[in-house]
Amino acid sequence: MADVQMKAEGGVVAPRALPKPFLSPINQRRWRNFKANRRGYWSLWVFLVLFVLSLFAEFIANDKPILASYKGELLFPVLVDYPEEKFGGFLAITDYRDPTISEEIDANGWMVWPPIRYSYRTVNNGIPEAAPAKPSWLYTKEQRCGRYLQGVDDPACTLGNWNWLGTDDQARDVLARVIYGFRISVLFGLVLTAASALIGVSAGAIQGYFGGWTDLLFQRFIEIWSSVPVLYLILIIAAVLPPGFFILLGIMLLFSWVAFVGVVRAEFLRARNFEYVSAARALGVSNRTIIFRHLLPNAMVATLTFLPFILNGSITTLTSLDFLGFGLPPGSPSLGELLRQGQRNLNAPWLGITGFLSLSIMLSLLIFIGEAVRDAFDPRKTFK
Amino acid sequence: MSDSPLLSIRDLSVSFTQGSDETLAVDHVSFDIGRGETVALVGESGSGKSVTALSVLKLLPYPAASHPSGQVLYKGDDLLASAEPALRKVRGNEIAMIFQEPMTSLNPLHTIERQVGEILKLHRGLGENAARRRTLELLNQVGIRDPEKRLDAFPHQLSGGQRQRVMIAMALANEPDVLIADEPTTALDVTVQAQILELLAELRRAKSMSMLFITHDLGIVRKIADRVCVMTNGKIVESGPTEEIFANPQHAYTRHLIAAEPKGRPPKADPEAETIMQGKEIKVWFPIKKGLLRRTVDHVKGVDGVDVTVRAGQTLGVVGESGSGKTTLGLALARMISSEGQIRFTGREIDRLSFRQMRPYRHALQIVFQDPYGSLSPRMSVAEIIQEGLRIHETGLSPEERDAMVVDVLKEVDLDPETRFRYPHEFSGGQRQRIAIARAMVLKPRFVMLDEPTSALDMSVQAQVVDLLRDLQKRHNLAYLFISHDLKVVRALANEVIVMRAGKVVETGPAEQIFEAPQTDYTRALIAAAFNIETAPGGVVSE
Repeated sequence: MADVQMKAEGGVVAPRALPKPFLSPINQRRWRNFKANRRGYWSLWVFLVLFVLSLFAEFIANDKPILASYKGELLFPVLVDYPEEKFGGFLAITDYRDPTISEEIDANGWMVWPPIRYSYRTVNNGIPEAAPAKPSWLYTKEQRCGRYLQGVDDPACTLGNWNWLGTDDQARDVLARVIYGFRISVLFGLVLTAASALIGVSAGAIQGYFGGWTDLLFQRFIEIWSSVPVLYLILIIAAVLPPGFFILLGIMLLFSWVAFVGVVRAEFLRARNFEYVSAARALGVSNRTIIFRHLLPNAMVATLTFLPFILNGSITTLTSLDFLGFGLPPGSPSLGELLRQGQRNLNAPWLGITGFLSLSIMLSLLIFIGEAVRDAFDPRKTFK
Repeated sequence: MSDSPLLSIRDLSVSFTQGSDETLAVDHVSFDIGRGETVALVGESGSGKSVTALSVLKLLPYPAASHPSGQVLYKGDDLLASAEPALRKVRGNEIAMIFQEPMTSLNPLHTIERQVGEILKLHRGLGENAARRRTLELLNQVGIRDPEKRLDAFPHQLSGGQRQRVMIAMALANEPDVLIADEPTTALDVTVQAQILELLAELRRAKSMSMLFITHDLGIVRKIADRVCVMTNGKIVESGPTEEIFANPQHAYTRHLIAAEPKGRPPKADPEAETIMQGKEIKVWFPIKKGLLRRTVDHVKGVDGVDVTVRAGQTLGVVGESGSGKTTLGLALARMISSEGQIRFTGREIDRLSFRQMRPYRHALQIVFQDPYGSLSPRMSVAEIIQEGLRIHETGLSPEERDAMVVDVLKEVDLDPETRFRYPHEFSGGQRQRIAIARAMVLKPRFVMLDEPTSALDMSVQAQVVDLLRDLQKRHNLAYLFISHDLKVVRALANEVIVMRAGKVVETGPAEQIFEAPQTDYTRALIAAAFNIETAPGGVVSE
């Protein structure tokens, strides 16, 4: 009898006693679920490494040394612009790649170069043939160094001056441009997604929770709003304002928040009549708290399911605008611009292939992470 | 009974694979059903009884489900080994099934005629007119009044009982040899349940059908079954003729089930006790709006002039069929919906207070909802759920003090306090209802509205929850408004009873008087249906 009763009510396993942990038990569970999705977990690490590295792009790919010592003085060319007269030249900004300057500094001290001695806009005058030049490892040492003053023996003929992925049609290093382009794409995507999620989720929450006239009027407004052709609008605005990072961000934000409204609103409409919401109301919980504590977590799973796609969508939109030439100002490092060059220079397949691979790897990583995040927030999902 | 049984389940096992986990849901089960015999499969939720029934027709989600052993012999053929086309001939044709939930078993977009007719056309190849004639005949058989008018009705235009009748008509359409009924009355009112059971028994007699009846309610088993198989944890622990099992149960689990009905009586009521909740002439009318200007043309009278008094330490039971306005009355008293009429709570008038003004009273005025699966937020841990009220009403508490209160209240409702970091889905129905009760109790309320708190639970768990409620009432001198259609539970708890129908009070008085000497036909019908599963003469109750 006693054991029967236990079984009827059973299922409670002895819990583990824990000292106050860093994460609450719920978040620990979420983290465990996230880790259980191996693909997403590894994608997160790969992406984080790439992202953090790209945040320090100036220290990885730059046409200035990170550190230099000149006549006993320690210089930080990456951080500070020294005029050339410091080294006996006459230009306002020093070109450290210039053989005269580098010889002058080497003779009176030393320089620590980044692993890639090109910035995204550095033009490489030492390429062996007309731009776009092939990746350096496709040339023999003689070809590679042929344009330097002393040929094979020139001190500039080092690994640091290689164009690992070739150059584009303006003789700029592709790898450097990919690193800077990756950074700007991801930052653009993250900022745009975060901002539109903030606006979209709040709008959807208010509509779904209050319903009635609020919902009706807002929905009609959104219908009209979302029928505005965004591309034309960007073309028109680009004619008036100089297109830059923040102007593009602003214009796209005007329209991208709408994507979140539908799903959040539906989730709120469904959940506001749930018994546990009534139960919360019976406890005297205010509307604000009900929205934040009971309804928003419900809507978050739907939002998070969307998030990686919106993030990817933002990145793709920026890329395609760049591809069409309506995006970031000319000369900015951008993956879209790289793709355009690939399209125009079919004889230089390294451009197209690099653009394709860096985009597809970045987008895939983000999708895998998004998938794992969604799993982590799903309370019904169980992993072993 | 013929020498070889019509349907024979031999050594059947069902296991579910999820990832690399394998759970054995049904564990080497064997039983026979003879021609014209009714066999009941009894057990609590999770015992594997529905899975057994579904595997007869191979309706489980294969390949996640598999049968490590066993045969299902129907007229000598093994259905488990049959190919899909052969099975389709049997399904709905020779072996038919009716399910628990008449709300979702019918397609909401098709008329009754189309849904019943579809089966006739599919299995019998009947033409439009012949199908229509047969549909009418079937609806007549299952006791739907004016079937001609009902042909064009959509499921939402029918009541739950009528819908279940339509389901039965569909199951009978091809005159099956075996009818599998999976808790066909659990979602229905007691009065309607009695009608449906009577209908099934009648049809079985008339057509000499065999029936496999799945239920957790022993009262029904006693009424309808020839033989009983008691299942728990995927095993049949006892089987035999119904009278024998009830008269002389052998297995501990069977004895536990039989003993599990809500028992006991409420403690003696003190008529002088303080009045906690008093409602006078409570009216909740829902306007019916029509036309372009949405003018109010009429009202649906959800609650129409009801007087209520609940005293400290006592329970007022509100009974009636679904739609009678019980829950609406409770919500109006708790000021969850707007109503007319005076409401006095602990001596103060609260009927005019706004939602914000009500907040200071909320901690003393708690609600426990019917569905323990719906009333707990799936995204909050048990501790967060219980603390929610404390955060609003006891703002001065430190997190440690709050946690201590959660631990105390969980102990009070007999749950392990160490489980407070878990999510609701990790608990069984009974445990969830305990959590819901703990959420109300942690605020030390004076008045608790219990809205069918036991009707979603298994019989034996119901008894435990009733005991818990009675215990809590005694300890904290609580006033309960207990809303239920289950008169057995009401009898175990209520001092006073209100019988409601269509928003009005039909009968009111002390519980003993209502149960021993009911004055109206409606009350008598309710009591007969609840305690003896008997139907009342036509017209007294809804159908």
